[in-house]
Amino acid sequence: MIETDILIIGAGPCGLFTVFEAGLLKMRCHLIDALPQAGGQLTEIYPKKPIYDIPGFPEVLAGELVDHLMKQAAPFKPGFTLGERADSIEKTDDGKFIVTGDRGTQHKAPVIAIAGGLGCFEPRKPPIANLAAFEDKGIEYIVRDPNFYKGKRVVISGGGDSALDWSIFLANGVAAGVTLVHRSKSFRGHPDSVQKVLDMAAAGKIALVTDAEVTGVAGSGKLDRVVISHQPEGVSEIETDHWLPLFGLSPKLGPIAAWGLNIDKNSIEVNTFDYSTNVPGIYAIGDINTYPGKLKLILCGFHEATLMVQSAFKRIYPDKNYVLKYTTVNGVTGF
Amino acid sequence: MSNSVNITVVDREGAEHRLEAPTDMNMNMMELCKSYELPVEGTCGGMAMCASCHMYILSDHALPEVSADEEAMLDQAFFVKPNSRLGCQLHITQALEGLKVQLAVVSA
Repeated sequence: MIETDILIIGAGPCGLFTVFEAGLLKMRCHLIDALPQAGGQLTEIYPKKPIYDIPGFPEVLAGELVDHLMKQAAPFKPGFTLGERADSIEKTDDGKFIVTGDRGTQHKAPVIAIAGGLGCFEPRKPPIANLAAFEDKGIEYIVRDPNFYKGKRVVISGGGDSALDWSIFLANGVAAGVTLVHRSKSFRGHPDSVQKVLDMAAAGKIALVTDAEVTGVAGSGKLDRVVISHQPEGVSEIETDHWLPLFGLSPKLGPIAAWGLNIDKNSIEVNTFDYSTNVPGIYAIGDINTYPGKLKLILCGFHEATLMVQSAFKRIYPDKNYVLKYTTVNGVTGF
Repeated sequence: MSNSVNITVVDREGAEHRLEAPTDMNMNMMELCKSYELPVEGTCGGMAMCASCHMYILSDHALPEVSADEEAMLDQAFFVKPNSRLGCQLHITQALEGLKVQLAVVSA
């Protein structure tokens, strides 16, 4: 059991800045994030894009801002549970919360700060009506163990690196057959991987179907074929044991939606006095919250984090008096 | 010259929305849809990085070429057709007067 003062759900910019602001008040933080690295959407979606509206930074790359935030938080030694999604929450008899991740890691804290941004990144699923019926019965969105596909017929969809890399890997003596279906003739993956796939297709090791898209799935009990629509017209079917739609990740609110918090349009309603939710002890900051006048900006999230930790302090130390201190006067003393 | 154009957006249920789109606010089609609270997510904020503003162009307007970024990002959209575009890459100008688009289905 990991114990801390503030458990932060989401290691994006707001979550990371919370570590700093909480640290100034001598509160320790631990962050949990579904992604394998800190930074949230800045790292996952646009690390090389410049941001122009961080006060004091005329221009900063998203990835650089995350590096700065990590450095700023470092004196306060935050703990991290990365690559694990916060799944469930329960209240303990002593007024604390236990948050359990999808890999079983348990975290205990008197204050929960949800800084989940857009939610957790989950595989983008094709909008095919009966898709769910075949999930884990032939349709997988992530390759967990390549040996699972040994001797099987596999159809892969997508044009990015994961589609290319798994096609190459599985076609090299693992799967019985690999068909790569892509909507155009060009691939956006790494040029070396693209060339390798084209070479393997020419050698008959990968069946390459371009200008096409899987638009239907069928089978009895488990997947046994996919329907492919071709551009500009035409439909065909391929018999297969597995279909791997590899279309990248998109954010979803996820399990937090069932935590008993007031939700409005995929966002958590908060009181702007301290960014508290309807559940005492649980706060929500950054892109994941909503209130009248809300703007989804990193700089607003920093403000929210700063006010939130003041309220968290009063909750954790109800009998301690405290006044705001300036870092310029006192410096930053870590743990 | 007027500072707005008329644009029709067909939502996923087939309902038509006639929108007045300002040409002087540096807006794009994704933002226009959001400003009218039409169901366009625009997850990445308009950087051609999420494909959540995938739409089909129904009218025969001459539109700017699809950039390499937009082309690459359409790989993460579904049911992509020759008239597919990302709304965030279509800036609202006088040339869009009378444009008609349809919102594409999004990932479950």
